[in-house]
Amino acid sequence: MPAPVIAPPASSGPAVVALDGVGKTFANGVVALDRLDLDVRPGEFVSLLGPSGCGKSTALRIIAGLSAPSRGRVAWGEGGAATAGPHRIGFVFQEPTLMPWATVAANVRLPLKLAGLTPDAPARVDAALARVGLDGFAQSYPRELSGGMKMRASIARALVTEPGLLLMDEPFAALDEITRFRLNNDLLTLWQALRKTVVFVTHSVFESVYLSQRIVVMTPRPGRVFTELAIEAPHPRDERFRTSADYAGYCRLVSEALSGAIAAGER
Amino acid sequence: MSEAKPKDESGPRAERALRLLLPIVVLGLTVVLWGAVVRWRGIPPYVLPGPELVFTTLVADWAMLSEALAVTLLTTLQGFVLAAVGGIGLAVLFNQSRLIEYSLYPYAVILQVTPIVAIAPLLLVYLPQPAAVLACAWIVAFFPVLANTTLGLNSVDRNLADLFRLYGATRWQVLWELKLPAALPYILGGLKIAGGLSLIGAVVAEIAAGSAGAGSGLAYRIVEAGYRLNIPRMFAALLLLSAAGVVIFFALALVSHLLLRRWHESALAREV
Repeated sequence: MPAPVIAPPASSGPAVVALDGVGKTFANGVVALDRLDLDVRPGEFVSLLGPSGCGKSTALRIIAGLSAPSRGRVAWGEGGAATAGPHRIGFVFQEPTLMPWATVAANVRLPLKLAGLTPDAPARVDAALARVGLDGFAQSYPRELSGGMKMRASIARALVTEPGLLLMDEPFAALDEITRFRLNNDLLTLWQALRKTVVFVTHSVFESVYLSQRIVVMTPRPGRVFTELAIEAPHPRDERFRTSADYAGYCRLVSEALSGAIAAGER
Repeated sequence: MSEAKPKDESGPRAERALRLLLPIVVLGLTVVLWGAVVRWRGIPPYVLPGPELVFTTLVADWAMLSEALAVTLLTTLQGFVLAAVGGIGLAVLFNQSRLIEYSLYPYAVILQVTPIVAIAPLLLVYLPQPAAVLACAWIVAFFPVLANTTLGLNSVDRNLADLFRLYGATRWQVLWELKLPAALPYILGGLKIAGGLSLIGAVVAEIAAGSAGAGSGLAYRIVEAGYRLNIPRMFAALLLLSAAGVVIFFALALVSHLLLRRWHESALAREV
């Protein structure tokens, strides 16, 4: 049984991006987020965990600049908003979100094409595909791939601009368990190799414990931070960690926190 | 299990052969029956000509009929191209500017719902005859292209649209790289309808013009042959018109298949 650690983790330094009292109220009056404070530190793997309707996806969209906060502000580290340009962020959606009319290579090349970066594009596309294990599938069309391979292509597209910050919105929620476990492992390997900062949204306790260094548990309606938990199991983690007593202990801890968050949201 | 396999493989092929063969058999039976009824009942050719007579008329009048066919087909093609360019162009314009859409869309609908047969005589008053025929073909054909393209441009996957926004895509990039490819299946559906309709528009206008005493298209030849009680020629011309319609339909279906076969659900063979 691991010691319950309810504190910020070891990784420190200035935040890559910080949400300061961020709130979001939609035009129909629904309050999706209410005063969310969140510091994302360089190189960390942090998960936003919560039931559906807790605004975790909305928080991710606000970080990405796809949605404007109604209240509060988003502050960028390392030179401020200038570095928060489009190429600094990679975004992986819940669905693979590939263009069905384009080959895998063309899909992965898209961010470079939109930015007008063409000279070394083919090499970078090849490298991104190799990283996610899709070397032989550059000329395939998305419909020819399995669900897991489509998600790999989607991750390759997010990595091709070599962003510092990778935002992932329940990327593996629609996959079967075997595929999800494999992609979890591959994502951890990528994270360790590339040292990206990852913000990962999920509603799965087990997935968040397996992947994260830090879990931010959110309350539903309106969404705000309920508590933060550090998962101090060392990386690299593998299947042995998934079946360890430490893992089970952390899962119980996080489950209890999540139950508390749901109860707090219902009051 | 091993016995089932050859059956599975021959299944689709046999099905395809049947789909090709059965309509031909039905056509053959109809022609034979038609000829038999005409002969046995002694029906005069000015009421109902037999198939042999229609065929010999087609051969005998080929010079005149083929010339008329070329005129009608040229009008149809021009009307179709104008409808494609106008329909897609207008839909893109509507998509880029709400103000233009709100201002003009109701009139596109009015143009569509007013029967073309009623507009054709007016157009013949104001326009030289070839231009009036072309205008008719265009009016009937352009609306399905406009409506389908508009639907397609608005059917873009929201996440993909977000992705383009995230990477700072320009308006032009969103249109060219995202909206138009996403709309392609819809556009092709609209064009398939427009092909048949532009032929109908051309024929309607030629018939309206024919009664005014001018014109040389296939529809005009039908009207003229009707006045002369040359029923076999009417049949021969009608045969050419429907053959033209069938060829247009299959040509557009082929183009659609070639463009979509790699990626779109509609063009994929499904294993059952």
